[in-house]
Amino acid sequence: MKFSEKWLRDWVNPALTSEQLAEQLSMAGLEVDGLEPVAGAFSGVVVGEVVTCGRHPDADKLQVTTVDVGTGELLDIVCGAPNCRAGLKVAVATVGAVLPGDFKIKKTKLRGHPSHGMLCSFSELGMGDDHDGIVELPTDAPVGTDLREWLDLDDVTVDVDLTPNRADCLGIRGLAREVGVLNNLDVNAPEVKSVAPSIRDTLAIELEAPEACPRYLGRIVKGVDVTAKTPLWMKEKLRRSGVRSIDPVVDITNYVLLELGHPMHAFDLAAIEGKVSVRYAHPDEKLTLLDGEEVSLQNDVLVIADAQKAMAIAGIFGGQDSGVTAATRDVFLESAFFSPAAITGKARRFGLHTDASHRYERGVDPELQRTAMERATQLLLEICGGDAGPITEAKSEDHIPTFTIVTLRASRLLKVLGAEIAPQQVTEILQRLGFSTKFSDEQWTVKVPAYRFDIAIEEDLIEEVARVYGYNNIASAAPLARLRMYRNSEAKVSLRTLQQRVLALGYQEVITYSFVDPKHQALLYPNHTALNLPHPISVDMSSMRLGLLPGLLTAAGYNQKRQQPAIRFFETGLRFTPNSDAENGILQEPVIGGVAVGSEVPEHWKLGNAAVDFYQVKGHVENLLAANGATNEYSFVASSNPALHPGQGADIYHNDRYVGFCGALHPQFDKTFGIKGRAFVWELSVEAISTRAIPRATSISRYPSIRRDIAFVVERSLAAGDVLNSIEKVGANHIVELHLFDVYQGDNLPSDKQSLAIALTLQAADRTLTDEDVNASVNQVVTALETEFNAVLRDS
Amino acid sequence: MDLQAILEAARAAVAAANTPAELDDVRVSFLGKKGQMTELLKGLGKLSAEERPQAGQAINVAKEEIQGLLNARRDTLMAAEMNARLEAERIDVSLPGTAVKPGNLHPVTQTIQRIEQYFGQLGFAVKEGPEVEDDFHNFDALNIPTNHPARADHDTFYFTPHTMLRTQTSGVQIRTMENEQPPLRIISPGRVYRNDYDQTHTPMFHQVEGLMVDTDVSFAELKGILHDFLHHFFEEDLEIRFRPSYFPFTEPSAEVDVRRKGGDWLEVLGCGMVHPNVLRAVNIDPEQYTGFAFGMGVERLTMIRYGVNDLRAFFENDVRFLKQFG
Repeated sequence: MKFSEKWLRDWVNPALTSEQLAEQLSMAGLEVDGLEPVAGAFSGVVVGEVVTCGRHPDADKLQVTTVDVGTGELLDIVCGAPNCRAGLKVAVATVGAVLPGDFKIKKTKLRGHPSHGMLCSFSELGMGDDHDGIVELPTDAPVGTDLREWLDLDDVTVDVDLTPNRADCLGIRGLAREVGVLNNLDVNAPEVKSVAPSIRDTLAIELEAPEACPRYLGRIVKGVDVTAKTPLWMKEKLRRSGVRSIDPVVDITNYVLLELGHPMHAFDLAAIEGKVSVRYAHPDEKLTLLDGEEVSLQNDVLVIADAQKAMAIAGIFGGQDSGVTAATRDVFLESAFFSPAAITGKARRFGLHTDASHRYERGVDPELQRTAMERATQLLLEICGGDAGPITEAKSEDHIPTFTIVTLRASRLLKVLGAEIAPQQVTEILQRLGFSTKFSDEQWTVKVPAYRFDIAIEEDLIEEVARVYGYNNIASAAPLARLRMYRNSEAKVSLRTLQQRVLALGYQEVITYSFVDPKHQALLYPNHTALNLPHPISVDMSSMRLGLLPGLLTAAGYNQKRQQPAIRFFETGLRFTPNSDAENGILQEPVIGGVAVGSEVPEHWKLGNAAVDFYQVKGHVENLLAANGATNEYSFVASSNPALHPGQGADIYHNDRYVGFCGALHPQFDKTFGIKGRAFVWELSVEAISTRAIPRATSISRYPSIRRDIAFVVERSLAAGDVLNSIEKVGANHIVELHLFDVYQGDNLPSDKQSLAIALTLQAADRTLTDEDVNASVNQVVTALETEFNAVLRDS
Repeated sequence: MDLQAILEAARAAVAAANTPAELDDVRVSFLGKKGQMTELLKGLGKLSAEERPQAGQAINVAKEEIQGLLNARRDTLMAAEMNARLEAERIDVSLPGTAVKPGNLHPVTQTIQRIEQYFGQLGFAVKEGPEVEDDFHNFDALNIPTNHPARADHDTFYFTPHTMLRTQTSGVQIRTMENEQPPLRIISPGRVYRNDYDQTHTPMFHQVEGLMVDTDVSFAELKGILHDFLHHFFEEDLEIRFRPSYFPFTEPSAEVDVRRKGGDWLEVLGCGMVHPNVLRAVNIDPEQYTGFAFGMGVERLTMIRYGVNDLRAFFENDVRFLKQFG
């Protein structure tokens, strides 16, 4: 909320500068977001009166005036404003004046006519953006007076960001009370006199839902001139509090809202049939709101109705048909207390948020309705004239919130704050807050006034005491705790270990949004349905990612566009797969994934700049998988993953469990992500790869090992991995290591054949192997491969 | 030939040998089985017994001299050969190495890891939780009932009225307290989401929240731990202030601002004493136990620490930006 500092100081005026006051409010929990001067920096501007005003002989749009600024001599001033006229009180920048922007006023000639000053608009004075002509001052403005002084312009708009618990400060009255507490000063509330009724007209008021509206005051004011102008002093207070002037009736209710923190509403009396009742809406009851929108109400929405129809949503927004218009003559003023429980959440339901709903949701002082009504009536009569009837008050005493009794134990205060505050000081703080307080048996019994809706339990009082005492006066202490060792399983491979591995492989970590473009996702994951956000920031950020590919590829494309030749990115985070068995219907699994595109390494004098290929990226993945020390438990199987190139993609299994994939991105998606060259991608379930076996040591053989190389011709379509797996499965004696060292396809072989060369290493733990041992094992392997794959042993 | 002549010839031949092979030929021709010196020795038998020792000694002296010359020449030649080889093998050591340039962690991750490290030293365990959350864990259990004004302030991304993207990692605290009894010391880092996107807001950002619950945890201790943390995190002498604020799940609540020398106050985190209703919601007796909680925006801390001035840079993933944090 914004307010004028001078306005606050009318109520309570501590000996503090604006900055000190702002600091004090912030440090009391009423955070000041900004201080803005209410007018630009200017000098030499005085109140003047236009004495004569005529057309400029040589310019259609200019007028030639003489202006009295109280010096005894009339000033010739040329003015272009259409509202300039004789008799008008104006703001005159005299020769020598300096306007905002360091604009100096000098004697000049305009189209041949001398001009000794300037008539100013509000915007030229840095007082808002109203530049519809020059300032029109009230007729009683004293000619010759300095404008700054006369309008009290050395004022500041304070923007205070109030937390939801401090509804009591949503008005000058409450802020002044708070400032009074902080400075130990009395508050001088302006006296609000009762307005004696001059007519007898009243409307009957019925409270049909007294728990929701236990107090409703109404008053008829007849013969109101709604075309009257809001006086400048009120406009200025509103402007300095960030409120635009609309018409006198709205301005008055807004003024009371700002001053007392109490919302008011004015109805056109002519629109009310019979009586006023506060009731819940009928199911599907229709109401056209002030903004012209028709809403359909539910039976938990409180309305102000007459005998026939709903006229307004109570405490939130008025209706169009019962609103005050230029044709209104008689008004019905409302000043009511609605319970927060009845109002909360309803404004949002209709997409509304009004100054009234903001306050009623948080709690309005239930004792303030009469004051607000009298204040509004007084202002209305003053500005718009008319005759006021008596106030009708309908109330249900049982439902009106009164004070609350809260107990505060000295022991609890000490336990929670960890600071000793003298009981006498606590009592004083509570009393300054307006809470009547008794201290006995080491506890305070505190009577909290109804306007402090935020105080209901002991902790609320502890906070109040700490706040006024000053958080920064509570000494810091080192926390005391019993040491407790956390379980840290050696079998768990930490995410950090995985991260370190991919970093070492040259991958840069990126963080991409968890919501992605649904179009991208539908392409990459055609067989999955994603969880979508009904109200996203934008459509391309609306679908919860099914994997890391959309984000990684977008980041890769983004950087390729920025001339980055060698891209290696990885990301860790959750993927979101709808699954009715999972908590909240969504499986949220941590994954780690990467993309590599462009040259294998940044162009290098020795390594060149060859493009990265499948086997390099597979090597990266293998390196990562090795973190759990069980490389031989993984297998790579040709994949049918639709995101991948059908001939360059692998599904990865740990034993028989699918853990992820790696491969070339299907080239049909290159354009989608702006990828140039072949991109390789991979993704692994973190959970599936981060358990390792605790090592069990075995002794190392002291006997020599023997290597035998064998080469086979097999079908070209046969996966080499299958051959290696098969050899392992054979379980021939003494084979301690095997690896593929050559793959040959070419001239000496039919085009559908390939040769695989495999090295077998044999060793025994207890002796040197004999030729017979070795031959037996090798033959076992050869026979198995001949049988299983129709392999033909090549001559070596 | 007489000894002296042979010796002269040997000296000349050794000096003239330019390779170890040539030198070996010299050795053979003088000291080999059929070498000239060997031949001389063989000729000793022809001398008288009186002459023999003297002549033998002279030959041996000469032989030793030749052997010495050969050795010296061999050393010289081998050193020259080694030098030549080394010279031939000379490379430009200033050329770049072939190692892969390692990547680096995203600055946000680095900050999270630093925070984890500081609190890890004090026995805070790291806990993580789901990002699609239900309203019990994201709101209700945190003392933010339906229709609480604070819910509106959260700009929540809802999926259904009861499920949403978490707006804070506090749900992890609730999940931990549901399963474990005090004493508790945890921090929960992670992604959080708010429906807000402009120069100073991104719809996803990171938080680290902390929680300590024990029999006598106090506000003074909360101040102490956060003072320590902020000084360690920024590694500079900065002013810190605790400003009263409001969060439904803590009371008293505070926002914490820091100010560098000559700078403005910058809000860096929110904190407070765990609200009794939150403890009750997870069956912890607030009379017996008290606790504090705090939450910090990771991007904000990172921006202040490293002088990043555009929040959105964190999620554009421009590698030129990210590499600065290597």
